[in-house]
Amino acid sequence: MSGLDVDLRVPGRVVARFSLEPGEVLAVIGPNGAGKSSLVHALAGLVPAEGSAVADGTDLLSQSAREREVGLVFQQQLLFPHLTALANVAFGPRARGVSRADAEARGQEWLDRFGVSDLARRKPRELSGGQAQRVAIARALATQPKLLLLDEPLTGLDVKVAMALRIELGRHLASYDGVTLLITHHAIDALTVADRVLVLDNGTVAQIGTPEEVSQRPRTEHVARLVGLNVVRDGDTLVSFTPEAVAISLDEPVGSPRLRWQGRVEDVAPHGDAVRVLVRADPDLIADVTPAAATELDLTPGREVWLSVKETAVRRYRWDAEQPGTVAP
Amino acid sequence: MRDPLGRPPALLLVPAAIATGLLVVPLVAMVAATDWAGLPDELRSEPLREALWLSLTTATAAALICLVLGLPLAWVLARVDFRFRGALRALVSVPLVLPPVVAGVALRTTFGRRGLLGEPILDLTGFSFPFTTWGVVLSHVFVSLPFVVIAVEGAFRAAGREYDAAAATLGASRWTAFRRVTVPLAFPGIMAGLVLGWARALGEFGATITFNGNYPGTTQVMPNLIYVTRQSDQDAALALSLVMLLVSVGVLLALRDRWLGTP
Repeated sequence: MSGLDVDLRVPGRVVARFSLEPGEVLAVIGPNGAGKSSLVHALAGLVPAEGSAVADGTDLLSQSAREREVGLVFQQQLLFPHLTALANVAFGPRARGVSRADAEARGQEWLDRFGVSDLARRKPRELSGGQAQRVAIARALATQPKLLLLDEPLTGLDVKVAMALRIELGRHLASYDGVTLLITHHAIDALTVADRVLVLDNGTVAQIGTPEEVSQRPRTEHVARLVGLNVVRDGDTLVSFTPEAVAISLDEPVGSPRLRWQGRVEDVAPHGDAVRVLVRADPDLIADVTPAAATELDLTPGREVWLSVKETAVRRYRWDAEQPGTVAP
Repeated sequence: MRDPLGRPPALLLVPAAIATGLLVVPLVAMVAATDWAGLPDELRSEPLREALWLSLTTATAAALICLVLGLPLAWVLARVDFRFRGALRALVSVPLVLPPVVAGVALRTTFGRRGLLGEPILDLTGFSFPFTTWGVVLSHVFVSLPFVVIAVEGAFRAAGREYDAAAATLGASRWTAFRRVTVPLAFPGIMAGLVLGWARALGEFGATITFNGNYPGTTQVMPNLIYVTRQSDQDAALALSLVMLLVSVGVLLALRDRWLGTP
């Protein structure tokens, strides 16, 4: 099995350049409209793209969607509603010329692997969300693709179902020797199943690195929020800190610490034992305070507050727009 | 059962009742006026049996041709992006609103013995459409095809292009996707379009008689027979009309549960 070298552009949507090793799982995260789906659909051949995406010596972009050996799992699953679960999974092998009997045998095998072989004769409408998503992933893998693309496969599922499927998916992806791109909205997906994380922001790659690097040294506010951190830019460095490290006061902080902001409370919500406060400042920040403090300071939406954080409680790293993924020593 | 939003307003209920009456009363009146005692004799008459058989076979043949030609056209309109698609759809829909007699004249101009296509066809094969059973089928196809195309295009659109995308990523060619995904998904809509086209062909009168005349056994379909009979024998025309009504309603009922779905 081969890796994947991507250098592609979907005009007006996304520009991305990265390389993956065989068997590697890349989580793609970023806010809505960042270009995640465009990137994945371009690799699948459903959206025209410029550049190249080389897998196993062939440039995928020079092939039509059906020639590419790429498996795509859609967010809405898109199981064929008139076919049984088994016929859905057998569809790919059949379309590639495998005989009906062999295709069904292979389909049955894939349903087995995902623990849904007893549902083989059911139509998609008779499946639960989690079952349907298992069948959809089995359908994509049954064509033995070089590249597996998962477009938010766990979105819209019940929390418990999503957790079970997440663990299961991690196991399947570990034994899959092709390259996987997993679009997700959840930091936990990136942290549990991915080898590396690619952060898209505004159509470009903002950061690429291991889950640890990305979660400890986030470069975008979106990722910082996903992993529950604040990130602010300070000259040519980025500063990240936990919400617990943020102090809230009604008056301007004394001793004039360098890291302080003034803003307006936007939202207040319980977070574990604490109260999480979202403050509209420049940039937006989150702070965790005790319920007693929240009451004492009367932290209701609209309240003007001062935020500050001690220099000892922050992590500083270089901001480098030119080379996403490089981490300052 | 009380509607929590209040009683439906009389301004809507009264016209609705009138509309219902307008559609139902003439049919009931026709059934009521039928001379039931004389009906068996009428049904045994040779002209009726000939005309009914001709109507059923030509309408069925026309529906099948509409399927073979209309399905691909509907697919092109639903799935292929090209510059003049809107214009093509408008052109294809023209026969929907065209007076059938005008359709007959247009067909005559095209497929008549001296017609644009009729003359070369005659020279090449010695065959000419007008005044033949094939001419009847041709005029049926001309008036029914737009119904089939528009109905099936709607069904194809509802079947969702995204399923084509899913099929493509699984390695299916567009033909395979059409055959194994699009058509099965659109099947109820395709059948509905077909029934619509068939019913339209069965009732076709103006284009058929203009293009083919009215020859018993070859071009005299039921509507033509009813029209001719009515000029001399009202009761017989009534009986013939009743047969057409029964055939139409029978087909609608037979297909309703199977394909058209319940409202």
